[in-house]
Amino acid sequence: MGKMSREEVYEKLNEVFRDVFDDEDITVTDTTTADDIEEWDSLEHINLLAAVEQEFGMKFNMGQVVSMKNVGEMVDIIMAQI
Amino acid sequence: MRELEYPFDSEYILKKSKKIKRELLQGGTDLLTKKIAVLGGSTTHDIIRILELFLLNRGIQPVFYESEYAQYWQDVMFDNPQLTQFRPDLIYIHTSNRNITAYPSIEDTPQRTDELLEEQFEHFRVMWEKIADTYDCPVIQNNFEYPFYRILGNQDAVYRQGRISFINRLNEKFYQYAAEHDNFYINDINYLSAAYGLDRWADPAYWHMYKYAMCMQAIPEFSYNLSNIIKAVFGKNRKSLVVDLDNTLWGGVIGDDGVENIEIGQETSMGQVYAEFQSYLKSQKDIGVMLNVASKNEYENAIAGLNHPGGILRPEDFILIKADWEPKSGNIAAIADALNILPDSLVFVDDNPAEREIVGTQVPGVAVPEIGTPEQYIRVLDHAGFFEVTNLSEDDRKRNEMYKANIERKRQQQNFGDYREYLLSLQMKGTIKPFEAIYMSRIAQLTNKSNQFNLTTRRYTQSDIERFAADDLYITRYGRLEDKFGDNGVVSVVIGRKDEREKALHIELWLMSCRVLKRDMEYAMMDSIVQACISCGIHTIYGYYYPTAKNVMVKEFYAVMGFTKTGEKDDGSTEWRFDIVDYENKNTVIEVVK
Repeated sequence: MGKMSREEVYEKLNEVFRDVFDDEDITVTDTTTADDIEEWDSLEHINLLAAVEQEFGMKFNMGQVVSMKNVGEMVDIIMAQI
Repeated sequence: MRELEYPFDSEYILKKSKKIKRELLQGGTDLLTKKIAVLGGSTTHDIIRILELFLLNRGIQPVFYESEYAQYWQDVMFDNPQLTQFRPDLIYIHTSNRNITAYPSIEDTPQRTDELLEEQFEHFRVMWEKIADTYDCPVIQNNFEYPFYRILGNQDAVYRQGRISFINRLNEKFYQYAAEHDNFYINDINYLSAAYGLDRWADPAYWHMYKYAMCMQAIPEFSYNLSNIIKAVFGKNRKSLVVDLDNTLWGGVIGDDGVENIEIGQETSMGQVYAEFQSYLKSQKDIGVMLNVASKNEYENAIAGLNHPGGILRPEDFILIKADWEPKSGNIAAIADALNILPDSLVFVDDNPAEREIVGTQVPGVAVPEIGTPEQYIRVLDHAGFFEVTNLSEDDRKRNEMYKANIERKRQQQNFGDYREYLLSLQMKGTIKPFEAIYMSRIAQLTNKSNQFNLTTRRYTQSDIERFAADDLYITRYGRLEDKFGDNGVVSVVIGRKDEREKALHIELWLMSCRVLKRDMEYAMMDSIVQACISCGIHTIYGYYYPTAKNVMVKEFYAVMGFTKTGEKDDGSTEWRFDIVDYENKNTVIEVVK
């Protein structure tokens, strides 16, 4: 899909968050974590990652999923793969 | 909802499930509420999340009980009070090869592998028996999918120590149990995972990170397949196919190309594809799906095409052939009408997206699958699961003949000036008796399928039906009807509860299949109920009508039967009373065997 800027990745990523949590007001940043979004529990996390993978045409490996701490790290992984 | 019809976009459904659910619940249509217990051997959260969408889309509002993680066996065996209080209408056991604990090892003797197989099977069997004793409801049980690796390579299925061999043999025992037990259904995840692609399905990351037995992306297909069984168990299967002809049953346009130039049969690869599709449809007919045609064609051309020597289907395989230049929407409504079924029992198969669009919008309820290109027709129709088989009853297999006979009766009716004379000419013979063992499954099926001629629309499982039959507090009657054109099978069911103190009978259920409308069968049933009341000293019968979106035809039924209305509520439900005084039989046209 060509090289995307970090801003462009965030733009798409926000759409994914809004779809998954069905909330048009969500905006995520580097420091956003599961604690900041009420419905983001461990079960929704699985669904979220699957939706992110589909949106960006990439895959998180197990090690990344286990160690990812915030949205910023998620974006780092996405940017390394697209 | 289009997004939930097969073939669907799984990624979209996973991502947008919340929005989809919101929209489904706004629909405001009549939903059948069912309590479904999901007992998992792995995580079930997203399976339930997506299953709910597919069930809602099919008119079922599920209320779920979800076992704690991997507690499927304990919940049943130790009577988890939350589960017993939930009183499920259906129990689904979501186990997978990750729950197999007794795999043989390479050094085991063949005899030892047999013992392990028995041990593993017993683990499940005792649970199923416990469910049957405690819950008395339908059970859906996964079989086992293959593991994603094979220690013995290609011989893993050959040697009894191999896991593939173990799973094959265990599955076989599950199937045997299912074949021997009513109300027990296999969810074939072994087939499903193969069709999906086992390596993708079994992605170990999903197991090790989240304890999912399959990858997230497979869940929509998984839940859809499961919803097929559930809707079939609750009587929401479709009943009939309406097919187009040109470029649907054969290649080419018969009116332009001529019968000799259409592609059907073994001569060309395209002809073979259409022949295989025709053969698939013929098999659908054999399991009781009614076939009809709606085609824009001259009638003679339609018949000529169906008589093409390379074809498999013949004109006589169809109940109605509507080949003319009228809009298909009208023809399809007419087919539903002639068969006495609702449009939501029909599936319309047409290669032309424009025709599908018109029918889909003009005749709400009809399924209009996007069948793709000819080589995809079979897969799309098959995986869509419109006609999911739960019980392969004699009745299902004969359905085409019965409906054909019905059409023939209608034709004859037009030749009689007097309706009673016509009814007498049918030489009808009825059998009206208390519920009998051989008909329990058919009776339960009718309580779940009948919507129009159904006074209270109470749905019962086979075990409920068996309980009524055995209970002296109830008067039960089933009615079968034969005539000179054929046997209609069991077509009417009445269940009444005795009130010993008041010497009265409360009619809890009265239904009749629409295939025998206007044959006076309801009068014969009434006679039988009244006779049963008289013989046990009951003088009063109470009837109840509960309105639904579909049963308006019986709103005044009890008035016609001679009852007096005693009450009416705001929701339109009514209560009726009938006093048995000098009763004279109402039926004079059916010869009844008691």
